[in-house]
Amino acid sequence: MTISSLIDSPSELTDSSSSKSAIVLMTRIRLARNLAGQSFPGWAKPPQREEILESCRAAVTAAPQMKRCFNLSVGELSELEKQILVERHLISRELSGSKAGAGVIISKDQAFSVMMNEEDHLRIQVLRSGFQLKKAWNSINDFDSAIEEHLDFAFSPTLGYLTACPTNLGTGMRASAMMHLPALVISSQMEKVVRAVNQLGMVVRGLFGEGSDASGSIFQISNQTTLGESEDEIIKRLGSVLQSIIEHEMNARDKLIEADAGKVYDKVGRAYGILQNSHLLSSSEAMNLLSLIRLGIDLGTFPDANRSAIDRLFIEAQPGHLQHAQKGEFEPTQRDVLRASRLRSEFANFARPDFNSNPNGKN
Amino acid sequence: MFRADFSHTMANPLKCDLCSKPATVHLTQIVNNKVHKVDLCESCAQAKGVTDPSGFSLADLLLKASVNPEQSSAGVRCEHCGFTQNDFKKHGRFGCPVCYETFRGLVEPMLENMHHGTTHAGKVPHRALERKTLYDRLTKLELDLTEAIKSERYEDAARTRDEINQVKQAFQPKLTR
Repeated sequence: MTISSLIDSPSELTDSSSSKSAIVLMTRIRLARNLAGQSFPGWAKPPQREEILESCRAAVTAAPQMKRCFNLSVGELSELEKQILVERHLISRELSGSKAGAGVIISKDQAFSVMMNEEDHLRIQVLRSGFQLKKAWNSINDFDSAIEEHLDFAFSPTLGYLTACPTNLGTGMRASAMMHLPALVISSQMEKVVRAVNQLGMVVRGLFGEGSDASGSIFQISNQTTLGESEDEIIKRLGSVLQSIIEHEMNARDKLIEADAGKVYDKVGRAYGILQNSHLLSSSEAMNLLSLIRLGIDLGTFPDANRSAIDRLFIEAQPGHLQHAQKGEFEPTQRDVLRASRLRSEFANFARPDFNSNPNGKN
Repeated sequence: MFRADFSHTMANPLKCDLCSKPATVHLTQIVNNKVHKVDLCESCAQAKGVTDPSGFSLADLLLKASVNPEQSSAGVRCEHCGFTQNDFKKHGRFGCPVCYETFRGLVEPMLENMHHGTTHAGKVPHRALERKTLYDRLTKLELDLTEAIKSERYEDAARTRDEINQVKQAFQPKLTR
């Protein structure tokens, strides 16, 4: 299977040097597209699904962005392989549970992926590390146009791109940012932020989308509506909401340090100690500890260069990735042993914390 | 969850979803975490038994109301894919792109509460745009043809038919590979 080569090859998410952003881990945009005159995937009969899949496959692989891509059929993937793709944000849980006639094409650098016959015929995605909404939109816009060269998209001048669910009509675009907001969580302000963000027409979710928890203080913020505004307007509006969340998080950090720096550094220091020495770590505990280390990096306790290692571990500490690395099937408790051992070795050579470097918490 | 709200009539001069008289009864119901909203005038509210909350489903009312108040909801079926309104009630998704034409009356009232606006303002795929231009041109030419035949302008008719054939040829969706 190509999953091993996918995991081993450098990717936008795990290896990008551009991950300098303290708060936004990554930016993601997806576009929902459907073929004119064809039933939507949920309503199409199996032979029609296959036919749709094949025309989409031909069109997507012809795009220059998909040179030397991974071209996968969901039916041929094992449960573990699907889980790994979910953990890397390359496919949705819905696609991983789908019946025959569904697939995904992933670009070599894993920045682009196209799910086929998920809720819509095509779900085109671009993923960029850091806060890069405009760049992400430009690149997915080009990619979408390249795919459109070969396909006849269902489109209405008044309703825009026609999608299986009316909530995606119009642009069919969902733009989101993955944000690390530990200070807002520690100071119990997250609920307030979620409410304010909702009022601005944006949605807050956990790390793995709908219904997932926010372990590691990582939240996904995206636009709620898709019709009535242009892509640029949606992105501008989302961008300013994200900017104000960043400011709130920064203020919350300053306040925490001002009020009781010792308390914050105690959390960071303990996280470091546990990661170096523990023998049992659940996925959510590991996420929360890594989150504190990342906060420590932002506060100057650890070198900036270590940030991308933490972002990689956020993914590699997930159950599917652990299981794959250890080559075998494991019970959840065994996984906790493996996770702890993996993180112990990772943190054995990690820079020691320097609590005096930056008492004001500024980078 | 059920709530009948008679309060904000003055601030929001909404029209009745059934008959377009001024609406005075505003309902919000949450079913499966989805919010449904309906605005009715006094007499429609009475007629639909809305003032009696027992066993009343807003979703039913919405679906019936938007297509045709006199017809039962099960009747309409998408000619292209066989999808019905009941299917939409069950899945919350449509069957095919043509469903948006078929169930236009059902979709339009939903959009206002769902989106920032009701008209697309974003990217337009040029292929689809081309198709629409050709389609409009074809419709006009066919009209011209009927006119020409009716008024026995056979030379015009012949020329129009040639043009129609040309447009039809350009119309074929081609895979460029």
